[in-house]
Amino acid sequence: MRPIEVVTQLLELAAALAAAPLFLGWINQCRAWLQNRSAPSIWLPYRGIAKLFHKDAVIAVRASALFRLAPYIVFGAMVLAAGIIPSMGTRLPFTRIADAIALVGLLATARVFMSLAAMDVGTAFGTLGARREMMVGFLAEPALLMIIFVASLISATTALPAITEHLATQTLGLYPSLAFTAVAFTMVLLAENARIPIDNPATHLELTMIHEALLLEYSARHLALMEWAAALKLFNYACIGFALFIPWGVSTGQEAPLALLASIPVLAAKLIVAGGALALIETVSAKLRVFRAPEFLATAFLFAVLGLLVHLLLGA
Amino acid sequence: MREWRTRTVSPAEWRGAARDLAESGARLAALWASGGERGMPTVHAAFFTGTGALLLSLPLEDPATPYPGLEELFPCAARMQRAAADLSGVRASDPDTRPWLRHNAWPAAYRPLLDPPLPAAADPPGIEAYEFVRVEGEGVHEIPVGPVHAGIIEPGHFRFSVVGEKVLRLEERLGYVHKGIERRFTELPILEAHRLAARVSGDSAVAFAWAYCQALENLTDVAPPARAAWLRALCLELERVANHLGDLGALGNDAGFAFGLAQFSRLKEWLLRACAEALGERYLMNAIVPGGVRLDLTNAGAQRLHACVTSIAGEVARLRVVYDEHAGVRDRFTGAGTVTPRLAARLGLTGLAGRASGQAFDLRVDWPCAPYTELPVTKIGSRAGDVAARVAVRFDELAESARLIERIIAGIPSGSRLEAVGLPPPGSLGMGAIEGWRGPVLVALEAGPAGTIRRCHPHDPSWQNWPVLEHAIIDNIVPDFPLINKSFNLSYSGHDL
Repeated sequence: MRPIEVVTQLLELAAALAAAPLFLGWINQCRAWLQNRSAPSIWLPYRGIAKLFHKDAVIAVRASALFRLAPYIVFGAMVLAAGIIPSMGTRLPFTRIADAIALVGLLATARVFMSLAAMDVGTAFGTLGARREMMVGFLAEPALLMIIFVASLISATTALPAITEHLATQTLGLYPSLAFTAVAFTMVLLAENARIPIDNPATHLELTMIHEALLLEYSARHLALMEWAAALKLFNYACIGFALFIPWGVSTGQEAPLALLASIPVLAAKLIVAGGALALIETVSAKLRVFRAPEFLATAFLFAVLGLLVHLLLGA
Repeated sequence: MREWRTRTVSPAEWRGAARDLAESGARLAALWASGGERGMPTVHAAFFTGTGALLLSLPLEDPATPYPGLEELFPCAARMQRAAADLSGVRASDPDTRPWLRHNAWPAAYRPLLDPPLPAAADPPGIEAYEFVRVEGEGVHEIPVGPVHAGIIEPGHFRFSVVGEKVLRLEERLGYVHKGIERRFTELPILEAHRLAARVSGDSAVAFAWAYCQALENLTDVAPPARAAWLRALCLELERVANHLGDLGALGNDAGFAFGLAQFSRLKEWLLRACAEALGERYLMNAIVPGGVRLDLTNAGAQRLHACVTSIAGEVARLRVVYDEHAGVRDRFTGAGTVTPRLAARLGLTGLAGRASGQAFDLRVDWPCAPYTELPVTKIGSRAGDVAARVAVRFDELAESARLIERIIAGIPSGSRLEAVGLPPPGSLGMGAIEGWRGPVLVALEAGPAGTIRRCHPHDPSWQNWPVLEHAIIDNIVPDFPLINKSFNLSYSGHDL
């Protein structure tokens, strides 16, 4: 393990923790602009999290230890996930123990604990949200795995940094298979991060909620961790997308710290563009009926399979 | 002036008279009880009979014996009868005798509208054991929602019985914002209580204030000057436009289309500012007074309003295209919360929601008061009965109201705008009925001695429409409820009183 690898790893974790709420703030700003509203401060998510950390937690009388532990587990899982996604450099010590399939498992673990915690208190909304969350999850995970398999087949490895390195370093070529999977990935990203058209992060209508319903009983530091974890999840997903589909600008190989430094503005530029695109998608679509979510995710899966077939049949 | 026909019946004739009305297609406008003479309560029922109105009164000889209930003939009477039982101690013979507005806030034997005030209780009332109807079966469970919600909205409790996401039954529980408005009316001078009427349900301030003033003018035989009547209509149509703008935005937002909310909120704010500049108030809470109107429209104000309403109508037409052509929004609106014309007729669905379900009834057209007698209104309607139909009716009514506002501004007569109103004779009963944006708003006003109010019953069309919402949601999925609910947008405050 070389020092530069340790530095890369730490830098990535720090960047994810620090920039995730900023990314969310940026998306919210873009959304506001696109809807002709004056935008909230880009720092608003930080203020929200800081405010929650200063409050006293209120916990339901019937809550078990699971309810209290879940925010830490979910937050931990998201930090760990941030550690194995090559957002700036591909030489990451963590990735020797976890490949892309483990990453999907990590995200699933967080989901399971969140849903269990929501059902733990026994309110109708928690259970309702958990049920919907699991429905979205069990449809989104196969699609995500299929997306990763396409990239794995191209680069003959399931380690995410190796995939990125392979895609970033070869001569620029067109991959129709990756075009299909990129569409599929965008759909999975929207569904997994409780965005429109599957869920509405801004809603106050408890009967329509998915992600928010899981958090209704949380307060103070627990809620702060959950919200921070949600921001991290979105950030992680964006970085998975960059790693698979626009890997250029990431520092690879044994290069000097200079390449690592250069990758910071590249990541920032990608996030700015991705945030704007996400806000645009959310502004022009309405929320789907809950029972359309399976169709939406089945379409995502279909696109991923198409990508796979294109790769196998055309070799591209 | 419009004439209310009145008829006093005995308990034996009561149901027969109601049956005749039901068979002739009349609509129950309101049902309430008043103190009557010698302390014996009287039950009143007001009906709209196509092109007129009838007030049926039933003096009770023995309040302990239930009077014949009307639920079978007019299903919407059930809750009104339960409320009358809570407030005036008169019980109907219908099977559902659960309290409706009481919520354990006063003893069951106490009649808030008839008995002297109780001393303030030391302890808060205990939680009421209210029996919801249970649905049994494999996999059926209940979702209780409210009265405290995740957003800042009025309180109401909704008990869903569901299988998975599908709703088998919804039961509403209202009355959480019962404020004792009817009791408060009796403590106010009859010439000033229009201000309370305007605050019964804030979104229908003009409609309630006008209905109250109409009832008072009916009692004192005063006709407001023509200019006042036209100004009242201007206020009423502005209120309709403002509410429709707000609802159309909120409906888009509930479908996850926040763009709609942003645009319609902007237009509504325009209108409110134009109202403030032209008429002195954003929401026209104090515009209408007995005998006329308090405000006046200057030339500059008229131009300001005209310009604003014209540009709003233009923008709304463009936004309508966006709503109509957006696949996601259309998918959410179409087929959600359908109330067939047949069901709507059976349940007495009224007002805007009724017109979206084939119930073509509009007081401005069918039984117009001044100035609508000289100001023809095109009746809007649809037979589809789903959320999309209620959205379409709102769009159409908005355009129609914009046209009316332009006509009013162009044709408003000059002259005085206030007529002196004297004190009404004690014991007389006056009625006012105005087509508010939600539907017909009714005020029944009974004068007491020396300028006091003996009884005032303000009636919001939400009483008729809340029970229909329970039917509209059946077989829809749980997450569509907020959208369906919003498409009706019923009043809590106007209902709970």
